[in-house]
Amino acid sequence: MKIEVNTHEKNMIRFAAKHLEVLVLSADLGSSCEVKQFRATYPDRYLTMGIAEQNMCSWAAGLAREGYRPFLHTFAVFLYRRILDQLEMSVAYPNLPVVFVGFVPGITTPGGVTHQSINDVGVLRTVPNMTIFDVGDATEIEGVLDLAWACNGPVFIRMLRKEVPRLFPASEPMQFNRARVLSQGDDILILSSSICTEEAMRATQALKEKGLSIQHMHVSTLKPFTDPTILEALKRTKYGVITIENQYEIGGLSSAVSELIAENGIGCRLRKIALPGYPHGASKMYLMKKYGIDAMHLVQAVEDLTGKSLAITEADLAEERFVDFLEV
Amino acid sequence: MESTTYTLADTQKIANQIRKQILGIAIQSGGCYLAQACSSAEIIAALYTQILNLGPSAGEWDAIPFPGVPGPDNMDYQRGSAYHGLPAPDKDRFFVSCCHYASVIYCALAAVGRISPAALEKFNVDGWNMEMIGAEHSPGFENTAGSLGLTVSIAAGTAHARKMKGETGLVYCLMGDGELQEGQTWECVQAAGYYRLDNFVMVVDANGQQVEGAIEDQMTEEPLAERFRAFGAACVTCDGHDIQAVIDACRTEHPGKPLVVLCRTKGYTGVPPLEKRWPFLHFVRISEAEKPEYQKIYDEM
Repeated sequence: MKIEVNTHEKNMIRFAAKHLEVLVLSADLGSSCEVKQFRATYPDRYLTMGIAEQNMCSWAAGLAREGYRPFLHTFAVFLYRRILDQLEMSVAYPNLPVVFVGFVPGITTPGGVTHQSINDVGVLRTVPNMTIFDVGDATEIEGVLDLAWACNGPVFIRMLRKEVPRLFPASEPMQFNRARVLSQGDDILILSSSICTEEAMRATQALKEKGLSIQHMHVSTLKPFTDPTILEALKRTKYGVITIENQYEIGGLSSAVSELIAENGIGCRLRKIALPGYPHGASKMYLMKKYGIDAMHLVQAVEDLTGKSLAITEADLAEERFVDFLEV
Repeated sequence: MESTTYTLADTQKIANQIRKQILGIAIQSGGCYLAQACSSAEIIAALYTQILNLGPSAGEWDAIPFPGVPGPDNMDYQRGSAYHGLPAPDKDRFFVSCCHYASVIYCALAAVGRISPAALEKFNVDGWNMEMIGAEHSPGFENTAGSLGLTVSIAAGTAHARKMKGETGLVYCLMGDGELQEGQTWECVQAAGYYRLDNFVMVVDANGQQVEGAIEDQMTEEPLAERFRAFGAACVTCDGHDIQAVIDACRTEHPGKPLVVLCRTKGYTGVPPLEKRWPFLHFVRISEAEKPEYQKIYDEM
């Protein structure tokens, strides 16, 4: 698997070269959010707003009203939990094109509970006019800004930084409100997002070797949640659906899927793999294991739904490797 | 109307008219944000007739039914800002942060010929755009200001954008003094100072009252002028009931800095019986028993 480094840093500069209305706003975490190079490249388009997110958000609304396209950069947690009123009344209500580029989503930071955005999707799914993207790899980082631009309204991006795998071909960019099919099958439907997609890909390999037919789809648009291909897959799955996400178990992908199942009267069981509550500060891999948002727990959920014991071990999962799209 | 030149006497007459109209609404409906009208009438009359450089109103002459909330399928609704004229590089913009003053703004718009006087009959009537607390679509409102502390940042962001674009028009923001307790206000002032927004003017109706009583009995605010200066703004204080003083204060030179105009006012100005209720004047109720007393004042105005 190819690991890409600082993809957003390069992409933000490329994107801003295309769109002269683009401004980057930072709340003193620009260098932790891959816009240090942007600041050097476009000093006049980089606005330092200090450690003051509330003002940054409403200020961005003023800029957007005058035709600018502000891209707010800080940790995801400070772009919804701290500033929900500003986000809703200054930006979402008037439907302004302000993009919240939220870094270190969920447990991708060792920073502890204050830094971990575990209910951003859940909270922001309740905000009218808001679009939510949750990127899963380097290819999606490269594509998400163009999608945000096309939305022409408020957008929240759960952005990944530094070393990020390229799971999907660079030639197949992220699409709005369309899940990415990574495996086709009818026994089990796996819907994954963010860093959990890589885990689901590992599990899928092992599950296939046990003779299961897996439909695995990576979801990167969490609001709106009206993708007809997901609905079709829910109708087709034999044993049920498993959601796996880097998010609290209430409000995120799992809740969006539940609503779809209920609204369409689909007789489909759901197993949620998500964070059970507030996490604490530790490494990403440790926390994924500790809170069960990893490949092993996905296998267990499949066993639960199918009623079959699969005899897959951690060692089996560790042996799975991905195709390197860039180097083949 | 827009080419009208107002004398100071005209402006005072408009201020009196605003006060009288709001008193009339308060008597008729048993209550209104009357004290805010009493404290700000001269400030708002001075802004609309002497200070702001606005283009002709582009809003509907009459009140309109609520045009719906903004969204992807509804972005062409009539903005409240249309009543301040179409945006132009050399024209000023006027944000109202203290949205409880909506009735005062509507009356002022009517007094200067930007909306029909008959539109005031739709004030606070279900289904119309003349709501008690304004939003994007309410005449005279640029934005949705009901949550205090947000509007000053939106106005400052607008001023920043206009400065980057090289526009010469100014951005004014009318604020109450209670909302200066919001932390965001100070986040905004420090940023406006940092970006040297000399096209930005914050006009404060400092009436010294808030919902639970006198400001000094709720929270430490003073010394306000020193605080604003410490955060990077220029600040002048004036008697907010002296129209010439308000005009002069707003014309204070403030190179390289945003300007704060602290207008010291009293919420019972022009309606003496309110003084005995001070400082509990956030929403003035007038009972049946009190109506004759207030009606007499109204008739003599």
